[in-house]
Amino acid sequence: MTRWIKQVGWRHLVGLLGLVFALGPLLFVLSAAINPQGTLASSTLVPSGASAENFTKLFSDTNFGHWFLNSIVIAGVAAAASVFLSALAAYAFSRRRFHGHRIGLMSLLLIQMFPQFLAVVAIFLMFSTITDLWPAFGFNTWWGMILLYLGGALGVNTWLMKGFYDTIPKELDESAVVDGATHAEIFFKILLPLVAPILAVTGLLAFIGTMNEFLIANVFLTDSESKTLAVGLYGLVAGERDANFGVFCAGTLLTAIPTVGVFMYLQRYIVEGLSAGAVKG
Amino acid sequence: MTTKLGGPARRALPATEPSRHQKDESRQPKSGTSLTAQFVKILLLGLVTAFAVWAAFPLIAEEHWFGLALLVATTAAILYIYLTPRHIPAKYLVPGTLFLVVFQLFPVLYTASTAFTNFGDGHRGSKQDAIVAIQTSSVTRVPGSAEYALSIATQGDPATGPIVFLITDPATKAVSIGDAEGLTPAGAVTVTSSGKVTAAEGYTVLNAGQASARSKEITEFTVPTQGGAIRSAGLSRAYEGKAGRAYDAVTDSIRDMTSGKSWVADESVGAFVAADGERLAQGWKVNVGFDNFTRALTDDTISGPFLRTLIWNFAFALGSTGFTFVLGLFIALALHSSRVRGRNLYRILLVLPYAMPSFAMLLVWRDMFNTDFGLINNLFGTDVDWFGGAASARLAVILVQLWLGYPYMFLVSTGALQAIPGELLDATKVDGAGVWQSFTNVTLPLLMIPLTPLLISSFAFNFNNFNAIWLTTEGAPFPADNTTNGATDLLITYTYRLAFGGSGAQYGFAAAISIFIFLIVATISTISFRRTRQLEEVYS
Repeated sequence: MTRWIKQVGWRHLVGLLGLVFALGPLLFVLSAAINPQGTLASSTLVPSGASAENFTKLFSDTNFGHWFLNSIVIAGVAAAASVFLSALAAYAFSRRRFHGHRIGLMSLLLIQMFPQFLAVVAIFLMFSTITDLWPAFGFNTWWGMILLYLGGALGVNTWLMKGFYDTIPKELDESAVVDGATHAEIFFKILLPLVAPILAVTGLLAFIGTMNEFLIANVFLTDSESKTLAVGLYGLVAGERDANFGVFCAGTLLTAIPTVGVFMYLQRYIVEGLSAGAVKG
Repeated sequence: MTTKLGGPARRALPATEPSRHQKDESRQPKSGTSLTAQFVKILLLGLVTAFAVWAAFPLIAEEHWFGLALLVATTAAILYIYLTPRHIPAKYLVPGTLFLVVFQLFPVLYTASTAFTNFGDGHRGSKQDAIVAIQTSSVTRVPGSAEYALSIATQGDPATGPIVFLITDPATKAVSIGDAEGLTPAGAVTVTSSGKVTAAEGYTVLNAGQASARSKEITEFTVPTQGGAIRSAGLSRAYEGKAGRAYDAVTDSIRDMTSGKSWVADESVGAFVAADGERLAQGWKVNVGFDNFTRALTDDTISGPFLRTLIWNFAFALGSTGFTFVLGLFIALALHSSRVRGRNLYRILLVLPYAMPSFAMLLVWRDMFNTDFGLINNLFGTDVDWFGGAASARLAVILVQLWLGYPYMFLVSTGALQAIPGELLDATKVDGAGVWQSFTNVTLPLLMIPLTPLLISSFAFNFNNFNAIWLTTEGAPFPADNTTNGATDLLITYTYRLAFGGSGAQYGFAAAISIFIFLIVATISTISFRRTRQLEEVYS
């Protein structure tokens, strides 16, 4: 028995303590969301009652449905497009040697380090002009927001992907060239299927990142109907901290559904992709 | 030490299968696939061209010739790159680079150039704008001046569209339209006997409710006229006042009519300055060279807090990255044993915080630390004013970061641990090494190879983790004598408050600080990456 404790038991203890830490706040959110009183003061770890009141309030009193749709569309399209753009770029960096190869990679890294949202004044002025000229891509639009997020498409993702591409033997490409494949065929038919794990990981990271982006969206989306979840839910508790807490927690739970779902689905890839992307074997 | 980790190498092996697949395909007639490819290519390039044509019309209508030239040049370059067989890397780099240049590089360069100006509240526009603003804001009502009937209208949405004054001269009943440019005679209008305009061609007349909802804007609105301006007196009357201060082009100064005092334009600071040193609040945008940079370093009221913030910023980034790594790695090590049952369940549940929307959870944590109603004080029966004291607030934000961040470290450590061959550890056991010894000498060095780049990017991310601070403490607590720089402020939240905060926007200064931030993060990251194998790839 003591042997078991020494070899396995303590592992479970660590795991369980980890679970308490991880799940405590989540339990609190869940409890506040189903607590009919719905204020912060009345929220405890174990709910005093259960009702769907906060959820019905969320849909009747706020534009939650719109926010949800906006977030899913913007984050979904931006994530998919940015993964594709960086997959293209990573191919060039991993498989081709060209003039400016090294400088290109280094500048990607450096540009990313400039706190992008401090450029928000410049972005604001720029989009004022765009709104005048092409309202379809201006403030409060899906397209404008997506374009803006695509500015950061190249960067960390490209690095992560390049790392993964590098682990796939170049001989594969070479034999395909011998067989008469073009560079596009090599990319789309050989490489892309092989790098699926890293595509999944970067896609998920981009999706989570965009869902959570608050500041630029806050400047960019001012119409209640065009807001994203981050901006909309923040508005719920920015002023009145206490009163809307239950509704806010209900919104938080619903917001988590898409990410947690995708996360569970992709978990296997994530462990593999994250660690392998950084490794040069 | 270049022991290969198993993971990626194994990954590469199954590749033989698709390659065989590829060979099979190449035996088929090639024209089929390349026809589809050609078709897709032509379709996409057609779409690009169509989009460019669509985008060109507004540019032509607004006579933005420079923008049009840029559009034509870009489109031509895209067509050239994809229609010639050469420049293969460019074919893959152009799409992402376009977005990077327009939506990232350009704003960053613009911001960098702002760092050398005094751009901000009071210094937004040109000198001419400043003169107009000074003159119209000094307009006062002259006793006995004419009073006009006023109706308020807009050309857009009643709640947000630009305000326009419809002014009826009581004597002639003539209606004029007044906007920020001045007065123009109105077109077809319907006027009541009292002079109130009920309808005007091309404008939406606001009703009483809509107008009073925007009364603040209406009070501030002025229509410049010869020698003064028209302002509102309530929502239905307007008067023409005389400017108390006027610009004199000969001496390049502003003169106050009543006191006779004058402020001379000073191009080096972008403001009108009087002989006694008094500055008019309304200035204009000028180049100030390195003033913003030196100010951050030499001005005592700024450099002190700046240095303190810098130190805390490092502590925060190191703490957030280090603690999450230690905890994540520890749990990963604990669960890394085939004898632990339910490892998958542990993993799924432990990772949940990472999958939750972090912006929302930060706000939840903010409320959990609430002194009066917060969960933490309730649960432990304490009465700590968490965000009230510097030390407790710092502890609190680090704890929040730990919760949000350790699942990620747990995940990546789990992945990296799986890649370390078990035989290696068995060998150390045979050699007589203890658990701790084999961990520090074998496992950890092997883990650090794949994890160092991730730790560096995590550090860089946390160094500028705006949400972590802004959504929890907003930088609080603030010292009594300084409301712009709190104990938990990172450079980035401090900068944000400078740029957009309540005490007036200072874009120029904020931009200068963001350049400092950039230099710091870039230097640290470059040095660290240089020491890892990640960078060797770049030089290969």
